Amino acid sequence: MTLATSPAAVEKFSSAYANADQAKSPAWLSDTRKKAWSIFSELGIPVKRRGNELWKYTNLAPVAESNFEYDVSGSVSIDQVRSTSPWDYTWNIAVVVDGRFNADLSNLTEDVGVSVGSLSDAFSSGSGDIESQFASLAGREEYAFTALNTAFASDGAYVAVAPGVNLVNPVQVIFVTSDSVQSRASYPRLLVDVGSDSSITLIETYVNLSPSRQLSVPVTEIFAARDAAVRHYRIQMENENSFHLATTRVAQMEDSEFTSTSFAVGSSIARNDIHTSLDAPGAVCTLHGLYMTSGQQQQDQEISTTHAKPSCTSDQFYKGILSGNSRAAFSGKVVVKRDAQKSDATQKDLNLLLSRGARIDAKPSLEIYADDVVAAHGATAGHVDSDTLFYLQSRGVDEEAAKAILIRGFAEEMIDEFEPESLNTFVERVASERIPVLLAESDTIGTT
Amino acid sequence: MTNQKTISRETDLSGQEYQWGFVTDVETDLAPKGLSEDIVRLISSKKDEPAWLLEWRLKAYRHWVQLSDSEGEPDWAMIDYPSIDYQDIYYYAAPKAATEAPKSLDDVDPEMLATFEKLGIPLQERAKLAGVAVDAVFDSVSVATTMEEQLGELGIIFCSFSEAVKKYPELVKKYLGSVVPYTDNFFATLNAAVFSDGSFAYIPPGVRCPIELMTYFRINTEGSGQFERTLIVADKGAYVSYLEGCTAPFRKSHQLHAATVELVALDDAEIKYSTIQNWFPGTPEGEGGVYNFVTKRGRADKNAKISWTQVETGSAITWKYPSVILRGDNSVGEFFSVALANNHQQADTGTKMIHIGKNTKSTIVSKGISAGQGNNTYRGQVQIMPGAENAVNHTQCDSLLVGDQCGAHTVPYIEVRNPTARLEHEASTSKVSDDQLFYLMARGLSEEEAHHMIITGWSRDVIRELPFEFALEAGQLLKVSLEGAVG
Repeated sequence: MTLATSPAAVEKFSSAYANADQAKSPAWLSDTRKKAWSIFSELGIPVKRRGNELWKYTNLAPVAESNFEYDVSGSVSIDQVRSTSPWDYTWNIAVVVDGRFNADLSNLTEDVGVSVGSLSDAFSSGSGDIESQFASLAGREEYAFTALNTAFASDGAYVAVAPGVNLVNPVQVIFVTSDSVQSRASYPRLLVDVGSDSSITLIETYVNLSPSRQLSVPVTEIFAARDAAVRHYRIQMENENSFHLATTRVAQMEDSEFTSTSFAVGSSIARNDIHTSLDAPGAVCTLHGLYMTSGQQQQDQEISTTHAKPSCTSDQFYKGILSGNSRAAFSGKVVVKRDAQKSDATQKDLNLLLSRGARIDAKPSLEIYADDVVAAHGATAGHVDSDTLFYLQSRGVDEEAAKAILIRGFAEEMIDEFEPESLNTFVERVASERIPVLLAESDTIGTT
Repeated sequence: MTNQKTISRETDLSGQEYQWGFVTDVETDLAPKGLSEDIVRLISSKKDEPAWLLEWRLKAYRHWVQLSDSEGEPDWAMIDYPSIDYQDIYYYAAPKAATEAPKSLDDVDPEMLATFEKLGIPLQERAKLAGVAVDAVFDSVSVATTMEEQLGELGIIFCSFSEAVKKYPELVKKYLGSVVPYTDNFFATLNAAVFSDGSFAYIPPGVRCPIELMTYFRINTEGSGQFERTLIVADKGAYVSYLEGCTAPFRKSHQLHAATVELVALDDAEIKYSTIQNWFPGTPEGEGGVYNFVTKRGRADKNAKISWTQVETGSAITWKYPSVILRGDNSVGEFFSVALANNHQQADTGTKMIHIGKNTKSTIVSKGISAGQGNNTYRGQVQIMPGAENAVNHTQCDSLLVGDQCGAHTVPYIEVRNPTARLEHEASTSKVSDDQLFYLMARGLSEEEAHHMIITGWSRDVIRELPFEFALEAGQLLKVSLEGAVG
């Protein structure tokens, strides 16, 4: 696919790229970064939508037109982080500010068998398979935002779990955007290497301390070795003026399990682009998520799974609640390759529209090249009708409470998936603060 | 102008179970190969067209030149084919005898009638017995239309497009390009420039067309394209059921078919459009076959209903999305489809339902069967515009895989801009289950018979939407087209 080049946008990033600190980069990383930059400078910000399946429903012109600073790491207090993010002192927590790992703010525990720390250190010490792993998943396709992130990659977080280790306490990586400059571009990067027969609960959190427009282009790569189990959570709550264009790439080996639930409420334009590659027989992946939008927000879910080998299972299930003049796009894709017999794939996207101005574009697609396959998908869009509302009201619930109950009920099964107690409390709280905002902008509940 | 005798080549390409691959030995009136403004003018003058139509064709041609210089053919479909040389195609091929229009069936070239006999079209007496009025399009010129008089008594017009241009220019002018404008897409633009004939039907207000109208298309001349244009107008409260069948002889070269169909259902009218498409699919090795790039769209006004039913078993490539613009309040759109891709066939087909009016409803049932090395894609779009209060859509698309070298893809686009709409989309992909096969084989059916029975049953939701005679043919076609795919 050719993405339209917007030379102006490339120009906006090129001086920052020229000034970016390459001093501490090992030679292999400098090469990777150079290659990534040349890919990005060819692609630019994909502003052309016509004929571009990836951005058909999303207008990136505001991103291309904005100016961002780079390479200024702001200061953030521990209270600011704790009050905006899920927090639990039993968790192993890495805090990354404006793309830089910050040891002082982090809560690194002594858990055995796991190393949580700075990506920069991992680069310089050549931890594990970092040289062969880094940018290997997120560099497979020529995609503007993974290239942009890689071109600036100098730090971030690195999580490695040794083989045969079952971690009890979750590991959280918090990516914070500070408020020290008006508009900043940051490139959060996370690499997770989970050894065979290991298990980990991993929480990725994106928060924004600034009220002004920021650009965040995160890239996460996760490697799940044979029999590894990864329980992944992703929380995106950047401010409503910001852009969040995220990519997650997962490679799964034999009998590994990757289960992910995402909770996306923030940003002006946000994209959660996740791709899992089931590279060996018996791999299982579950990709779930909840998105809630209001105002002028645009929230995209770009969810894809490739069944490369036989006997793998995948499940994509997303729910959206839209109010105000917001928009959401769901693009789900399951590819079952020729040899991937005995594949089992499901795909579902359900949407609740609360207002006249809201708009949903859903594209659940299947691409299947093997015959011994069970694949099903479904998508729905609808609103809360008067009968449903009346049912609750006739049982003595007042109208406003009834509306809140119905919306909460729709979101419930996703919220319940956030299992660690402190995390669940946090998500519950954010959701319950969010529902009145959605309701205030709603004009169609119970109208027909 | 060249006169060319077509040569029977079916003996060249044996081993393919395509029963309709005979070539009729008719003298053909051919325009030189290639596309230019002169060819467009030639086609128009051959048909003795009025100036406004020539003007329209020329506008389309100029737009097409612009399109082919800038974007070229649309490339979003999941089909793969060598690029088409538009200068290597005959844009006009008429059976020579037909240059002097037949006054009755007796004047029609007997060899051509024999062709239709082979096709099993109930043309002459058989037409009346079967109660079907046929407008048979052979290459590009409409050969004979039956039962025209009987229909005339009800005020129903059913004739070739060229005839309609001469006899009913006001109607044609009013509706031509009103649903598919000449700027619509690459292939529709090409069709608008060079269309040579097709069918025209007009049902006056409140009239229920008592018989099923039918057109049979056949591509005969080697290296020719067929660019027919069909326009059906059901005036207020009218009803018509229209059948379309297509075949083409064996050719090692590819033949291009870029047709346009426009349906207009005014207030309270209903149009039911059924297609059996059995163009030559190419040899099992993937040689030859028809490239079928077709634009079909209907406009449904207040309380109107448009229903598309298609059984697509032929063509090397099928690129076709019969659509309904649900413009009027309470209008209804339906799409029922069985598409089969065997051997090296590629089908990228589906529908678009554009909900504009209030309380509009659409139903989509699509069944895709992939076998051999075939690739079958359902591509559909359901769009709910802001004014479409209480719109309802239900989409079901199922894919069946026969063999491990084929592909089945589903690409639905669901775009909702009105919160009161209710949309449901369901799809599944599976193979014929071993349990079902075992059950049938245990009762004495061969594996092939068992497969056929399961596939026919699985497609029943669509087949039963077809008029009776067509339903029988569709069942047979599925069976023939799947031969050799099992075991």
